[in-house]
Amino acid sequence: MNWSPLFLSLQVATIAMVFALVIGTGLALLLVWKKLPLPDLVAALISTPLVLPPTVLGYYLLTIMAPHSLIGRAFHWLTGGDIIFTFKAAVIAATVGSIPLVVGAVKVGLDAIEPNLLAAARTLGASPARVLATVTLPLAAPGIIAGAMLAFARALGDYGMTQMVASSRFDGFGIHNESPASIFVIDELVALREDSARNMAIATTLLGIVLLVLANRLTRRLQRG
Amino acid sequence: MADLVATFAVRRGEFGVDVDFRCPPGITCVMGRSGSGKSTLLSVLAGLAVPDRGTIKLGDEVWLDRGRGICIPVHHRRLAYVFQGLALFPHMSALHNVTYGMRETPRAERASKAQALLDRVGVGHLAKRRPRTFSGGEAQRVALARALACSPKLVLLDEPFSALDRELRTQLVGLVRELAPELGVPVVHVTHSIAEARLLADRVIQLDAGKVIAEGKPDDVLDFSALE
Repeated sequence: MNWSPLFLSLQVATIAMVFALVIGTGLALLLVWKKLPLPDLVAALISTPLVLPPTVLGYYLLTIMAPHSLIGRAFHWLTGGDIIFTFKAAVIAATVGSIPLVVGAVKVGLDAIEPNLLAAARTLGASPARVLATVTLPLAAPGIIAGAMLAFARALGDYGMTQMVASSRFDGFGIHNESPASIFVIDELVALREDSARNMAIATTLLGIVLLVLANRLTRRLQRG
Repeated sequence: MADLVATFAVRRGEFGVDVDFRCPPGITCVMGRSGSGKSTLLSVLAGLAVPDRGTIKLGDEVWLDRGRGICIPVHHRRLAYVFQGLALFPHMSALHNVTYGMRETPRAERASKAQALLDRVGVGHLAKRRPRTFSGGEAQRVALARALACSPKLVLLDEPFSALDRELRTQLVGLVRELAPELGVPVVHVTHSIAEARLLADRVIQLDAGKVIAEGKPDDVLDFSALE
């Protein structure tokens, strides 16, 4: 069996999870900031990727990152390469889809922190950055782990956006001329290689279950302290 | 030995606090009914809430002067605040809770100093344990040790003993009475209990509807006849 689509999916999902976690945690902190102007509008904008069809999001990404776009030209000027139809595009697509899930999970974790704990840290002389590093983030850890788990799962299963911005189907020079598992399965089915599609589907499912079990155990351990 | 001198007003909708008071080193008990502004007063002194106008001075240090645009951030005021719910960090051991505020102490000396403080308040054996395993009295003692560890210039106690039984409360009131003179700084203690104020207070400030209605020595301000 060809394992490379699964490894490619793992690579994309892992990197996307890290990016989504950093950006999503930052956005969740922004949402719980009491001085945030127009909080409802900001929250709605952050959640938009959840309600848009993946193909619509993919279309936006395709437009934003295309070689002739501002970002595409700036990237080409900096690196000499393109974003679209590359590994980077797959990571960006998976990250964009995962961010709202991370924001939701981390915000639940942040909302559960007793405000007096943060006030106590400040009265003990901690700067805002130290309060964040030593009290806020450790106490929100269960939410952050849950967010990471959701981001990874979302990134591993992304099909629509990845298909639009990083699939080799577009012009044959996609991600290392390979596809991540979600696209590989449908490609194999279309090519009437049902055994290969089934094996990849089962392998992806088992991988997802194992990772979810591990993440749940980690969350429980953190909650027990 | 610096006096705390505060004059400020804060209004939030229907609720308002407009006070002018002085707390010399020693224990000042702030008393009043629920909603009289006791907790707001502590929040403003700590810098957790900013009043609409006013000044707060500790000796020569100006912590707040709205007219001149001065507002020293909470983390630069060097104060100790024991919250009603204690707010011990649940993810840290008792020792780590106590060392958390020791900015002035060299890193190498923090653990030994924290252990000595925990021993002093009678909970040295809990140093490596986390707060969820503490009884109410033990948690109070750890919170007191944490408050004292940062060599504060001002101590704020927000009804820290309200959830304890009478015997434990008497023990801890005795502990605070013992520690206050050693600190040599103003200790502002919010309480509902006249009995507690009688045992603790060098001075009493009585609040009603956000205003100081009486201020002075306990015998001059409070009516202890109900306790006889």
